[in-house]
Amino acid sequence: MDDIREAVLEYVIDEYIDEDDDMEVDADTALISSGIVDSFSMVSLKAFLENRYDIRIPDEDATPEAFDTVNSIVRIVEKHSN
Amino acid sequence: MAYSTATRQAFADDIATIKEKGLFKEKRFICSPQAAEIEVEYPEGAACKKVLNFCANNYLGLSSHPEVAKAAHAGLDSRGFGMSSVRFICGTQDIHRELQDSVSTFLGMEDTLLFPSCMDANAGVFEAIMGKGDVIIADRLIHASLIDGIRLCSAEYDTFKHMDMKHLRKKLELHQDKRRRLIVTDGVFSMDGDLCPLDKMCDLADKFDTMVLVDDSHASGFIGKTGRGVHEHFGVMDRIDLITTTFGKALGGASGGCVSGRSELVELCRQKARPYLFSNSLSPVIVSATIKVIDFLSSTTELRDKLEANTKRFREGMTAAGLNIRPGVTPIVPVMLYNAKLANDMARDMYAEGIYVIGFFFPVVPEGQARIRVQLSAAHENEHIDKCVAAFKKVGEKYGILGLDKKGIIEKYGT
Repeated sequence: MDDIREAVLEYVIDEYIDEDDDMEVDADTALISSGIVDSFSMVSLKAFLENRYDIRIPDEDATPEAFDTVNSIVRIVEKHSN
Repeated sequence: MAYSTATRQAFADDIATIKEKGLFKEKRFICSPQAAEIEVEYPEGAACKKVLNFCANNYLGLSSHPEVAKAAHAGLDSRGFGMSSVRFICGTQDIHRELQDSVSTFLGMEDTLLFPSCMDANAGVFEAIMGKGDVIIADRLIHASLIDGIRLCSAEYDTFKHMDMKHLRKKLELHQDKRRRLIVTDGVFSMDGDLCPLDKMCDLADKFDTMVLVDDSHASGFIGKTGRGVHEHFGVMDRIDLITTTFGKALGGASGGCVSGRSELVELCRQKARPYLFSNSLSPVIVSATIKVIDFLSSTTELRDKLEANTKRFREGMTAAGLNIRPGVTPIVPVMLYNAKLANDMARDMYAEGIYVIGFFFPVVPEGQARIRVQLSAAHENEHIDKCVAAFKKVGEKYGILGLDKKGIIEKYGT
């Protein structure tokens, strides 16, 4: 679980945070509701999770609420990995 | 009764939620033609007030230009008011063809197809040319209509950080296994006024065998030495595959839009784009007036030159007055305030000073990026610009933000 959390956090920082941005992001940082990730660019994150963990996340589970923090994303990955 | 009291209340609750979030759009009525100086009824029911308009997309001041109005009248007299048909049944007149040819020449493209709006052009273009096995790679800050169009299409899509060519390259490498790739960007981004580096983007597109689509709605008519758009500005007029643009901003300001580009791609839109196939043909009045606009802009750069000078005067004036504006060269000038309430309060005070501007905040712009967006026009005279700068200085002084940078404003007001 820690491995997943670490990998997702690393991806989120690399994918969504500008290099010159001094914003601190951790596993509990709100991503969607704070505007760091919008619903349009969330597709990149979903594709990353599906490819990396060889899972399919159905649209009904890929909600802004479910993708709002790294911790909630980890729960989605775990749910669909089983 | 289908529309029961409970149903009515549920919708009323939805409206109340919008108001609670501070996202409710109030009614504002203009009681005069669109121009640098307009009469506004605001709030609703108030007496009309004369104000200087610094929030219109009337970049070249053509919305109420007498020659444009004359051409609209001529179109009305010679070809009538409406077509009562979609284009492909009996809705295409000779002047529709003339406007398409004229736009193709002006933008340096092979072919053009008219749509009722650029929103419709963007809604239809992706579905017509991209499909399963393809990928669309879009800048994260593209216009909402492009996002809607991309979502209507069966192709996969991905996004890259705003104007970040390094990140775009990474995405192009990632998607080399796809049948076709299409990069999508705005030419000028409407909230920040920044120009997409199309020269660098085209280099990447060439390297990774990828097409490029640019929405140049906030550029057509005035960006570039002769106003052809951002592709002219960056010297890549022959390297862009598709441009979508509007006639509803600089090019007369009424309505209508188009897809212009490679002939095969435009032909596919003619055959398959649903907003083209299933909505009415552009009114002859607008077609006739827009032909006049394109003719005029092809013969002289007078208006785009004046807009450029006005932009320079305003940007220099605001910087000297101590306002924190986003640097750039376009007539979209964001006055950065970071705090939504501050942006709203200052816009209200500017209105009291006779300057019509609007505050923008999340979710229209990212959280903590609230601003007042100022838009210059060739219709503005020097005294209009100076009055606007003086009003910003007065209002800025009231709120104690003159000379403050981002950090200073956030320390004072938060985000």
